[in-house]
Amino acid sequence: MLALILFYIFATFLVAGAFGVITARNPVYSALFLVFSFINSAAIWLLIEAEFLAIVLVLVYVGAVMVLFLFVVMMLDINLAELRSGFTRFAWLGWLTALAVIAEIIGVVWRHGLGAIDVNTDFASEPANYSNTLQLGKVLYTRYAYPFELAAVLLVVALVAAIALTLRHRPGLKSQDASRQVAVRARDRLRIVKTPAEKRP
Amino acid sequence: MITLGDILTLSAILFALAVAGIFLNRKNVILLLMCVELLLLAANFNFIAFSRMLGNLTGQVFVFFVLTVAAAESAIGLAILVVLFRERRSINVEDMNTLKG
Repeated sequence: MLALILFYIFATFLVAGAFGVITARNPVYSALFLVFSFINSAAIWLLIEAEFLAIVLVLVYVGAVMVLFLFVVMMLDINLAELRSGFTRFAWLGWLTALAVIAEIIGVVWRHGLGAIDVNTDFASEPANYSNTLQLGKVLYTRYAYPFELAAVLLVVALVAAIALTLRHRPGLKSQDASRQVAVRARDRLRIVKTPAEKRP
Repeated sequence: MITLGDILTLSAILFALAVAGIFLNRKNVILLLMCVELLLLAANFNFIAFSRMLGNLTGQVFVFFVLTVAAAESAIGLAILVVLFRERRSINVEDMNTLKG
């Protein structure tokens, strides 16, 4: 019962946070509302006993991705008034689509049902010595070892791409070029001058 | 106790709010990226709920990969955004008309 009450509290905060994200006047407030939503999602994931992913959500999203968002939002000098213009022009279409999506999904889930799965079954809690991280690690490092490595490669590609995109070459910058340094030959730099020997006066 | 339907309803509301956000903030690329993050979060809720319900950890492994891909996506998206702002001095979607799309 306590879990249910906590779930409703966190779910209310989550929906309010998401509403704040899409309606806030300033992108900085949107980013902070998104952080709030992520923290409440992590709490709900803890309640349904997906502990590892809850921690990962806080570490990766709140700790890294949202900080990156805040950096970019604060770094760019954007004209908010122009971006906000026409905010309400297609708002009716947005809310209509949202209502349609909610009505359809809730209709399917609660009225039609999910076939063999009963939506009213609650989550069976695991025994006290169950470790979500251990079980997930066992699956991740055996059956999904190759996708796991591919995910690592993807992150490296994203890292290289982000640096390569934003790297700026300024003319006249005195930076080292390692390949030119390696390719240089002695006769490009050094001139040996033959001088005849002279007699001591 | 929390039931499967509760989580599915919550994720539907979250998804719908994110879709509405894409309609509302269609000029601001930063907010579009944030709304995509919310969409992915709503999808992750479903993955975790069904994974816990069916006792199959594959769903949680998939959430792990979704988080990875979303992190990569936002990193590259923000890098493109910074480059775009440097070129155009604006992040308005309506100013991105070089390809005449």
